Amino acid sequence: MDPECSQLLPALCAVLADPRQPMADDTCLEKLLDWFKTITEAGSSLLLLQGNPCLVELLCHMLKPQDLSSRVLSFSLRLTGVLAAQEDCFQYLQQGELLPKLFGEAGPLGGAAWTSPTVRGGWIQGLRSLAQHPSALHFLADCGAVDTIFSLQEDSSLFVASAAGQLLVHILGLSMPGPARGPPSLQAGDWPACAQKIVGHIEESLRATATPQITQALNVLTTTFGHCHDPWTQVLWVRLSPLVAGLLEKDPVPAAHSLVDLLLSVARSPGLSSSSCGLWETLAQTLSHLSPTQAGPLALGILKLQDCPQALRAQAFAVLLQPLACVLKATAQDPGPSGVLDGTVGDSMTADMLLPSKAACVGLLCRTLAHLELLLPLPQRPCPWPQAPLLGAAVTLLQLCGGSARPTSDAGRHLCALLLGCVRVQRAALDFLGTLSEGTGPRELVTQVFAVLLEYLRSPDSSPTVLKKAFQATFRWLLSSPKTPGCWELDPHALLFLRDLLPVLQKRLCSPCWEVRDSGLEFLTQMTRHWGGQAGFRHALLASEVPKLTEQLLRDPESYVRASAVTAMGQLSSQGLCVPPAGPEHPGGQQSLLVELLHILSTDSEGFPRRAVMQVFTQWLRDSHADVAGDTEQFVAGVLQVASQDLDWEVRAQGLELALVFLEQTLGQPRSHCPCAGTPSVAAPVGPLAQALQPLCRVRLFEFAFRALFDCDRPVAQKSCDLLLFLRAKTASSGSLQESRSSPHVASVEAALQRWQAGDQAQPLGDLEPEVVLAVLRSLDLEGLQGALAESSDHVEKSPQSLLQDMLATVGVLGENEADCY
Amino acid sequence: MLDCGLDMTSTLNFLPLPLVQSPRLSNLPGWSLKDGNAFLDKELKECSGHVFVDSVPEFCLPETELIDLSTVDVILISNYHCMMALPYITEHTGFSGTVYATEPTVQIGRLLMEELVNFIERVPKAQSASLWKNKDIQRLLPSPLKDAVEVSTWRRCYTMQEVNSALSKIQLVGYSQKIELFGAVQVTPLSSGYALGSSNWIIQSHYEKVSYVSGSSLLTTHPQPMDQASLKNSDVLILTGLTQIPTANPDGMVGEFCSNLALTVRNGGNVLVPCYPSGVIYDLLECLYQYIDSAGLSNIPFYFISPVANSSLEFSQIFAEWLCHNKQTKVYLPEPPFPHAELIQTNKLKHYPSLHGDFSSDFRQPCVVFTGHPSLRFGDVVHFMELWGKSSLNTVIFTEPDFSYLEALAPYQPLAMKCIYCPIDTRLNFIQVSKLLKEVQPLHVVCPEQYTQPPPAQSHRMDLMIDCQPPAMSYRRAEVLALPFKRRYEKIEIMPELADALVPMEIKPGISLATVSAVLHTKDNKHVLQPPPRPAQPTGGKKRKRASEDIPDCKVLKPLLSGSIPVEQFVQTLEKHGFSDIKVEDTAKGHIVLLQEAETLIQIEEDSTHIICDNDEMLRVRLRDLVLKFLQKF
Repeated sequence: MDPECSQLLPALCAVLADPRQPMADDTCLEKLLDWFKTITEAGSSLLLLQGNPCLVELLCHMLKPQDLSSRVLSFSLRLTGVLAAQEDCFQYLQQGELLPKLFGEAGPLGGAAWTSPTVRGGWIQGLRSLAQHPSALHFLADCGAVDTIFSLQEDSSLFVASAAGQLLVHILGLSMPGPARGPPSLQAGDWPACAQKIVGHIEESLRATATPQITQALNVLTTTFGHCHDPWTQVLWVRLSPLVAGLLEKDPVPAAHSLVDLLLSVARSPGLSSSSCGLWETLAQTLSHLSPTQAGPLALGILKLQDCPQALRAQAFAVLLQPLACVLKATAQDPGPSGVLDGTVGDSMTADMLLPSKAACVGLLCRTLAHLELLLPLPQRPCPWPQAPLLGAAVTLLQLCGGSARPTSDAGRHLCALLLGCVRVQRAALDFLGTLSEGTGPRELVTQVFAVLLEYLRSPDSSPTVLKKAFQATFRWLLSSPKTPGCWELDPHALLFLRDLLPVLQKRLCSPCWEVRDSGLEFLTQMTRHWGGQAGFRHALLASEVPKLTEQLLRDPESYVRASAVTAMGQLSSQGLCVPPAGPEHPGGQQSLLVELLHILSTDSEGFPRRAVMQVFTQWLRDSHADVAGDTEQFVAGVLQVASQDLDWEVRAQGLELALVFLEQTLGQPRSHCPCAGTPSVAAPVGPLAQALQPLCRVRLFEFAFRALFDCDRPVAQKSCDLLLFLRAKTASSGSLQESRSSPHVASVEAALQRWQAGDQAQPLGDLEPEVVLAVLRSLDLEGLQGALAESSDHVEKSPQSLLQDMLATVGVLGENEADCY
Repeated sequence: MLDCGLDMTSTLNFLPLPLVQSPRLSNLPGWSLKDGNAFLDKELKECSGHVFVDSVPEFCLPETELIDLSTVDVILISNYHCMMALPYITEHTGFSGTVYATEPTVQIGRLLMEELVNFIERVPKAQSASLWKNKDIQRLLPSPLKDAVEVSTWRRCYTMQEVNSALSKIQLVGYSQKIELFGAVQVTPLSSGYALGSSNWIIQSHYEKVSYVSGSSLLTTHPQPMDQASLKNSDVLILTGLTQIPTANPDGMVGEFCSNLALTVRNGGNVLVPCYPSGVIYDLLECLYQYIDSAGLSNIPFYFISPVANSSLEFSQIFAEWLCHNKQTKVYLPEPPFPHAELIQTNKLKHYPSLHGDFSSDFRQPCVVFTGHPSLRFGDVVHFMELWGKSSLNTVIFTEPDFSYLEALAPYQPLAMKCIYCPIDTRLNFIQVSKLLKEVQPLHVVCPEQYTQPPPAQSHRMDLMIDCQPPAMSYRRAEVLALPFKRRYEKIEIMPELADALVPMEIKPGISLATVSAVLHTKDNKHVLQPPPRPAQPTGGKKRKRASEDIPDCKVLKPLLSGSIPVEQFVQTLEKHGFSDIKVEDTAKGHIVLLQEAETLIQIEEDSTHIICDNDEMLRVRLRDLVLKFLQKF
């Protein structure tokens, strides 16, 4: 601890011990504790205490009967724990009887302060920190803390109850022998007393009839197996698994969610040999006992396991598929030739789960779809994957929700009534359908997929979020549609679909709902990016009104839509799909788009469209877009000039990105590495360097970059710093320009930059010569600036000294107020 | 009588009435029977495979055979669409009762009738077809003419004179106003949220309540919201006027409407919206007000053409108290409640009584035209259909749900213009009905049969029917249904002076009884207990004598008894008074006490006691007095 802090600490301890001076902000106490943790992790706690007797005084003060704030008391308990984590310090505190007084019956435990959950929480966390060595275990046993922790598991505060459970796990782990000593025997008598007590308590809780008690025991075990993989955990499981399995005999199975968590935690534990301790049997039994809603997460967990018997995986997969099998059955569809989806079709339990209430039905279906979506991309997903029946189920669900299904059975009709217009299921099913596009399917099913997607895109009742998901799924299915090898052209079916799709897109681009217009434009951008160069797509798109409508949306009243329209038009233009506007005022379509985008960049009141324009321009520059390539320098100069005055930092930052692209193109080296790395692989030759820098000077790139270097928004300054460092590194080997350093022009630029740094950016730099630029670059402490910018903005205020001063100052202010009152 | 709507779908069987001579329509070929007989070719014309009657359109009137409408005392009107048959009833059936409706209902109803009369009268057509109505001939016609019902009762449109006369019989009422009908029942209109001034009705006596729910909406549109709370505790809820297109969500349809409108206009086409001059058009104009700028349609003219366009737009702004809360508050700012005022001010919306006159000089394309009639059989819409039908750039967007758009378009085929069907029906759908019924919990629901089963074309849609407990009672055309309740009680008022004279006796804690002698006075279904006349005093006054003659004699009343007889104590009392050989038998209704020696039997039941002895009056009186000791007298 530095001397300044040591000096401040006694005053702070006095303030903390004074109940008349309450701490207004307990985040200060948290920061203080963090600071003490840092100190004790780095050095001796004992020396800390001995060097700062005020700390022990503060702790002793807590024992006096007084009206102390619960936050300070809690802080003191946690601080004691942090200090006593080191055994010598623990002994030191023990000598003064401070620990039993603070954590035993004599302390807050028996007093009125115990009613505060903050104090109970502090007590637990204090013990959690303290319990790091064998002496602590003895202490816990002697002061009867374990029994208190048992009772705190039922605490009314969830935080306290959860912390109590975790503390039990920690104590159990501490008391059990480490891996070097080998596993203990199954005989309870051979176990350490503390462990015996905790395990006994868990066993008792597992035998209890009250669900909360069982839940606590299961949660403690879940944490244990999740965190500790020593050999003793296997012995523990062998001992407790009969009791856990016994829970399955109850109807309904109590604490099913916690049971699932435990079983999955055990199954994932590398410390356990699953086959030898009957875990697979228990898992199989649990799968068959739990309701479909409860069993879903377990089934997913089992399927994610790396090593698992095939039969169990098959059972888990069947459980996961049950609700969809039920949907297929209710709508009288063939559950698939493989029969994967019909394993439990006859199971009336699932039908009962699906049909009685809308909430149950929707919840189960959404969870099932989400689980399957998670499973699909995993390497350990079940094989064979029932792609076709799952596609059928997703399509059927969407048809049921959209009202286009025509079920003939009573169950189907009932299901239809429950799901009709249900946005949650629609969203989940569309997401799932999109994910299924990664696989293939029979042609007739794929036709159905496109038909149902078109139905959703057409339906006036599709909500904006559903529509967005329908667009996303459509794009994914178009991407996956079969292609001729070596050719990215859309297949004839997809082109036919596109012909139906474009009128729908046209209508959606005219929707009164801005979210819909926005999703439509995003979809168009994606499609153009992928197929903009393909004849079939180009022909269909140009024959539609879509490009014209997109151009009109550049003037949409909603800024998000304008931004998306900018991106879409940028993409269309890159692919040569822009339709030149009719009329004499637009002599050239492409050129007018550039003018229009520049107009948006300089006049749009919202940031999003301006950012989008900058991105389009950067991309155009990168791709050497025809309009840009004509007069690149004029283009870059114009854009940088507008961007430098933009109030939105992201626009300015994007301006730097554009500057970097131009810089790379000008210096003739492809961007092969991150500019942040600082050193390019090869330095530019000296001779042509000054010549090469001329265009950069002409477009006033340096003025833009220097201005950005002192930008009040840190990301802009960082980016500019990176850009200039990159440039400096590229020119490092150039020696011929050294002498410019002393020229008067350099001095005036440096002076101007100093004023800029001070906040006065009114004066322009004027025309810069390459030599001057390079000289200024060398003279600037860019590394220092980079380091300063990398620090977080509150790095000055984060020092412990500042914290202590703040805390004292706050109390001081409170004191003055008190005086004012008199 | 609850409502009197007019079935205008009958007009779909007729040829359109063009404002300007239409060569296409006048050159349609006559229709002849299969055997080539062409005697009907003057009356029936064929167009694209459909057969139409070439005559003034006729309307299907409400059922008049089942009930003599001259005996109807009262007609309750729910909304302006449900009163279009009123002139037929009030002017031609001998009806002499009263019609109750709210003010906006009457005013806008008048506009609708006026528009209808105007549309038909301004295109006089001499020809009237009646041959085809002959039942033997009708049987030979193709569908849908063959299947049209009650064609002999179809009538031409009424005149403005009849409209005025009918409307003069309407008594204006306000929401929640209680109207006494002959003392028998009280009726109260409640806001139904569907249209300006639209009402549901409560018909209640003192002990029974019947709610009539017709044409209601729970959506937030321009009218005052629906009053649901007042419908609670109904014995019977008669439910009708649900949405005609339950699968079309109004919000989605408005979105479709706007998108298709914008798409057409951006491509240089015109949009035709066949509509009524009031109702959904206000909401559409409001949506467009918000939408046109965002869609870049600020320069596109919107035309509203109707003989009553001006009145409709202006009326809507003055019925502030009948509007939703948001619109009401605007009035105090002060601002016009509907934004169409601003559209008119900024010249974005222009309205004309007809396409003749100013309109023809202002007309600019592309444009959007709102005009009637939605059946496409008369009104200015006929002209626009003829004018724009040939170009695929133009679009007709159907928003009114009353007519099948395919049937409406039939006489215009072949048609190049695009047709979009966006029916906007804000009335209750089945989900809303089921929520409403859960909320108001009527004992019984009565509704048309169609609502109790899914639509025939969508038999799997279990959600498209009323689902309530107990199941709704359904009715069909011309069926007589007894409402499932009995009137058990009548309320009787007691005059204050009579009440003062009562001497209540508490017979149980909280329950007191008093005898009352009074005269029950009944007039106009009101019952009043008045004090009985004082005993007649011999006076010579002529007046008093007459009064005493009028009032019936009142006999001296015996006291009333109450209480129960505890059998054991009664037996003990009998023994005390010297009776012996007493035997008690329990019966289903009470007890029988047998005095064997005296050959006497005392039958004690809950509400009667009989002493049966053999002509021994003395014994009977003794026993009676012993019984009376256990009972209270008052």
